[in-house]
Formats: sequence, C-alpha cells, structure tokens
Amino acid sequence: MRIRPWQTLIVIILLSLAAIWVDLPGRPLDPFGWKENITVRQGLDLQGGIQLVLEARPPAGVQVTQEVLQGTRDTIERRVNGLGVSEPVIQTRGNNQILVELPGFQDPERAVRVLQRTALLEIIDTQGQFLPVGTIVNTTAGPANEAAATPTPTETTSATATTGATPTSVASAAGETPVATPEATPTPTATPTPSGPVYETIVTGADLKDAYPTTDQFGNLVVGFELKPEAADRFYQYTSTHIGQPMSIVVDKQVINTATIRDAIRDRGIIQGLSAQEVRDLALQLKSGALAVPLEVVQSRTVGPTLGQDSIQKSIIAGLVGLSLVALFMILYYRLPGFISVIALLLYTAYVFALFKLIPVVLTLPGIAGFILSIGMAVDANVLIFARIREELRLGRPIARAIEEGFNHAWPSIRDSNISTMISCMILFWFGRYVGATIIQGFALTLFIGVAVSMFTAIVVTRTLLRILLTRRIFRDVRWYGISPSQVATAPAPGD
Amino acid sequence: MLDLVGKRYYWFLLSILVIVPGMISLAVHGLRLSIDFTGGSLWELQMSRPVQPGEVRQVLVQNGVDDAIVQTADNNVVLIRMRELKEGSPEKDQLAQALRNAFGDFTELRLESVGPTLGTAIRNRAIIAVALTTIGILAYIAWAFRNTNNPFLYGIAAIIAMLHDVAVVVGIFSILGWLRGVEVDALFVTALLTVIGFSVHDTIVVFDRIRENLARRAAPTFEQIVNYSLVQTLVRSLNTSLTVVFTLLALYLLGGETIRNFVLALLIGIVSGTYSSIFNASQIVVVWENRELHRLFARLRRQHAPA
Repeated sequence: MRIRPWQTLIVIILLSLAAIWVDLPGRPLDPFGWKENITVRQGLDLQGGIQLVLEARPPAGVQVTQEVLQGTRDTIERRVNGLGVSEPVIQTRGNNQILVELPGFQDPERAVRVLQRTALLEIIDTQGQFLPVGTIVNTTAGPANEAAATPTPTETTSATATTGATPTSVASAAGETPVATPEATPTPTATPTPSGPVYETIVTGADLKDAYPTTDQFGNLVVGFELKPEAADRFYQYTSTHIGQPMSIVVDKQVINTATIRDAIRDRGIIQGLSAQEVRDLALQLKSGALAVPLEVVQSRTVGPTLGQDSIQKSIIAGLVGLSLVALFMILYYRLPGFISVIALLLYTAYVFALFKLIPVVLTLPGIAGFILSIGMAVDANVLIFARIREELRLGRPIARAIEEGFNHAWPSIRDSNISTMISCMILFWFGRYVGATIIQGFALTLFIGVAVSMFTAIVVTRTLLRILLTRRIFRDVRWYGISPSQVATAPAPGD
Repeated sequence: MLDLVGKRYYWFLLSILVIVPGMISLAVHGLRLSIDFTGGSLWELQMSRPVQPGEVRQVLVQNGVDDAIVQTADNNVVLIRMRELKEGSPEKDQLAQALRNAFGDFTELRLESVGPTLGTAIRNRAIIAVALTTIGILAYIAWAFRNTNNPFLYGIAAIIAMLHDVAVVVGIFSILGWLRGVEVDALFVTALLTVIGFSVHDTIVVFDRIRENLARRAAPTFEQIVNYSLVQTLVRSLNTSLTVVFTLLALYLLGGETIRNFVLALLIGIVSGTYSSIFNASQIVVVWENRELHRLFARLRRQHAPA
C-alpha cells in the first residue's frame, strides 16, 4: 500500500496553514473569535507570581483523610477565585499537601494571609461575661487549637471598634458595644486562656449564607454576613432570650468583637473593628468557608515580573540563533535533503507552538529550553535517514530506491531511540509534580511533544517533499545529495 | 577501516580519567546542594544603588541572621541564601524593612523557600526518579532486542554507558561546586534525567546497527561487526550531537542567567552521552561477548596461585 505523495502534500499544507493560523496572534485573521481563548500560558517563572505548598498540620490525634484534604483544597480554590487570579493551579499532593500556583499575582503576603488562615467563625454565648477582644477561648465546637495558637499578626483589633453604640440598628448583632464600659477599650494583649471555661457555640462559619465587605452606619468598613434559614431561627431564639447580655464573635478561637444584645436578631450581622485590608480578607475567607485543617506554608516561590520577561527575550534570541546554526549545518552537510529537512524543521516549530497553545502547555523557562533542545534533536531522525540514503547511494542504488531504503532502514532506530527519550520524559513529569510543579513538568511536556512531533515532520514531511522533488529529472543527480558521482559504488559493503 | 573496537581499552581509560577526579571531588566535597534539597531560602533583590555583599550581610546579622551567604550580580542585584524565611512572616517584614532602611527601596525579584522536611522528600524523589528511568529503559531495550541471543546484555551495556554519563555530569558539578560554588538543584535532576534519555537514545542507534549487521552476518567476527556498525553510525552520532550542541551553546551563551547551569549540565551530559555510546556501550558488549573479563580473572588467578 502506497499513499501518493501529492495527497500527503495536500494534508501537510492544510495542517501547516492551520498551525500557522493558530500561531499568529491578532484579530484580523480571526473574524469569528475562535482564537480568543487560545493564548500562550506563561508559567510562574515567566510572568511572575507565587507558588505555595501548604501542608496540613492537624491537631494531635486527628487524621487527615483524603476527603478532608480534598475539602480543604476546595476551600482554598474558593479563596483563590476570590483573589481574582486567572488560571491558578490548585492540586492536592501526596496525603497532606496542597500546591497552589498563582501566576501573575504580585502580593505574596496577602496570598499567604488569605490562604493559610483557618478562618473558623463562631458566635458564642459568653455566659454573661464581657470577653475583651483578643481573648483566646475554648468553645463547644472544639478547644483552642494550633490555629489559634498562631494568630496572624494582623489580628489585633483597633479601639475604634468599640466606640459606636448603634441603638438604631436592629440588624446588627455585633456592632452594639455598650458605651462607657471599662472593657469597651480592651487591650489587644489579652492573655490567652486555652484552659478556661468552654463557651457554647451558637453559630459557626458553616451557618453562613454569605459574607461581604460593607459599611456600618458610621461609614466604617465592616464585614457583613447573612445566616442560612435554620441557623437564623436558632440565632433568633438565642438572641431573643438573652437580651441585655453580652455575646462574642470569635474567629479561630480568638475574640474579634464583643457586644451586648439589644434586640432579637434573625439573619444578618456585621463584624466591626477591622482594618480595610482585614475586612476584605475576612469577608473572602468567611464566604469561602473555614479550612477543615490548619495549614502551614512549607515551600514558597515568589517571582517578580521583570525577571521572566528579560529571560523570554534572551531565550527567543538563543532559540533563533540555535535554529539558524542547525539549519546552516544541515544545508551545508546534506545539501538538497538538508534544505528539505530545514523546511521540515520550520514546520516542526509551527506545529509544536500551535500544540502548546491548543493543549495548552504552561510555558516555563526550562520548558523553552526543552523546546530549543528538541529543535536540535528533531533533526536527528533526518540525520539518521540522510546518512542511510548516502550509504545506499554509494552502494550504487538508484536515487528513488536509495531514499526509500534510507527511510525504511532508519525507522527502527528512530522509533527505539525516541521511545527511550519519551520514557524519561514521563518519569520527569511524575518527578516534576512533587518538585518544581509546572516548572519541571513544563520541560518534560515540551520535550515529549517535541519528540513526538519531530517523528512526524522528520519522516512524513521530508519523505513526501523528497518524493515530489524526485518526480523532476533535474533532482536525480547524486550531487544534490552531497556526494560526487565518482564515489558511487566504490565502497562496497562487506557481506553485501 | 577505522579500528574503534581494537582500541577499546584506551577509550575506557579516557573515560576513567574524566570520571575519577569528579568522583574524588564527590567523595571529598560532595555536591553543593541547593535549597531544593536542604531547605532554606533564596532571596533575590534588585537594589536602587550598588551595594557590597559585606554591607548586606552586616544588616542581616544585626537582625539575627548570621548564616546568610550574600552574592551580588549585575544591575545591583543581590542574592541572599539563608535559613528558611517564610513568605508573609513577620521575620520577613522585619528583614525587608531593615534592608530598606539601610539601602533605600528595592524590588523583590524572587523569594524561594523550602521547609527542611520537604528537602529530604525531594531528594528521595530524585533518587527514585533516576532509578525508575533506569529500570524503564532497561526493560524497553531488553524488549527491543529480544531477538538477539542476549537481550539483557544490550540493556546492561546501555545502562553502564548511561551511568558513565551521570558520573561525568555529577563529578564535574561536584568540582564546579567546590571551585565556583555551583549548586545542584531540582533543575539539575531534570537535566540529569534528560541526559539519561539522550544517552540511551544515542546508544540504541548504534545497537540497532549491530542488530541489523548481525542478522546479515556483515563481517566474520562479532568484533568486526561491532566495529563496522560503529563506523557506519559514527558520522550520524557526531552530527546529531553537533546539532544539539549548537542549540545548547546558543542557550548557554545567550539565554538567561537562571537556566545557565541547567543548560551546562545538559551540554556536558550530551557530549558525554555521545562519547559513551560510541566508545563505551558497544565496546562493553564486545568485552562481554569475547569473555575478556573471564580471561582477565583467570589470568589473575593463575598469577596469584603460583605452582
């Protein structure tokens, strides 16, 4: 069975046009908007950004199951989405880690603050006591654990929280601080009492329907929240029977607000006394839900945006120089077939780049290096074939036959050798998942795609082009193939 | 015809001469491991004015960091290696403020932090990755050469050639770490695994020729068949290597600073891989097929057992 070269050529031309269309940026070529979502995705090391590995730090005696880890991952994902990062990576790793990549995000402190905090909200019955802000408490939802033992440094509450009595606001659960109470201006250095009394939790973060930044009637930025219906009933029942008594809002076992209940409250409330930044972060955290298990940052990588852009330009220049050197070498050494292999190489770059955009591959610096390396390796198959063709020509075979033999004999070597490279790429991909994540995986993936595509271009494309050239008598002179007529059949192979 | 197989013990000697200094350095100094394996932080800052490493170190010491290694680079870039500095931690804020007070504002180019336990995990993964690659390739070669009378021999010879390349790269990086402070990081492991793939890739091409020539009985003796196969593939091996070296050289000379050592490891490994596939892998097959080791041991035994 032989496929006609002209038919193959048409397929190659169509493929190439499609690849070039995908490769080229810009609207004029894209009247229907098909390419809008096809862009080169730049890795962390190129566009800058943050990579974090968070490890579960469960309290003593608690097991981190896959469900808990998965649930924590989902919470993290909701928080990341709230940060407004496009194309983040959030993966569980092993049995107790979560990998987070935030490409393009330039505020590492905020990322750590928002993602790491457990953010377990509780509204507790203080049994008549007026708990100062900053007190660490035990509740019926659990004892003060490690999450509370390592409070984030921003958790000190300003005194402005306690200045506003809000007699007009029925909806406010927390904003009603009795004026002129000595505890109304608490010091943030309240002593932790993890072994103290256990307070009853009335409402937890799981009962929230929504949380959002808003302003109170004095224009202060506060976190507003809304309760789910069943929790609202419970809350109403509690507040209606405890009017005149204090009640505290606690996050991660630390008191944020204490207020006196003035009226029965059903489903809405606010949390006061936070800075603008804290309001923004806490609203996001409460909306996303509390982490099922406390997390600690065990690995982080922050890359500024300038480092990568400089590297991209350098790599592009290096790639062009490398490509030109390879092209020059192939043409000088192998003449006509060399020239054809350069055409195949150019198509190779077009196809690979199109695939990068379509899959999409996250392009990283080592990934670009892998791509440039694969340019050098892509011609290997051609080198093998052309060396074989020359041998066959020297044996005195006619050109058409020599070319077919060259391709046929070179094929097992090309197959076996490329498979060994692909095996190492696959293991690298696995290794990369645990180490540099997208940075090393990008390299493995680009090299793998490169090797696979190069088999197609070096074999199908060059073979078709050579067959078509051979239909012209003028290309049937051995000098086109880099050997002089006097060399032909002067070196008989032993045993042939 | 060029006699490559006849001089096999010279080629082995050359390999040993390259590998032994590296192995001595490895035994004495080891590898200079980066924070990827040891844990710790790498903090790269671009200052608004030129600074001396000593001044920076002094500021760090004043803030309780006395084990930092400070390097400076072009464009007022300062590179600080120190114990783990957590992103978003109060300690980092304090250090950043102290540096700002001393040298004016700066741009944070990158901060990489790895916890100490994670480093060990990564080191173990790296070792597993190298082992898995080795086993995978050995299995594939044994399968691809199943029709020869000793399929595992080819696999083992390819693995020895590959270990040769790993030894060359690791040895040279041990020396570079000792002389120039070059560090071995996760990217280095990536380079190593790539070199393994390439080395075997190259070796397989030669073995394929041997397999083909054996089937055709292209020469009277096994040794001659191997030599003939080597000569036939020599130009191809060199040309492939050359094209790859061209692209890597371009990357090494023109590419960015961050991947320079990565590219260097690839470059060394690929040159070594080409050498080992021509001058070691096939020669090992000959040594085995000729039972030269048996004869060597037999001779040694005779010498040590005087009549």
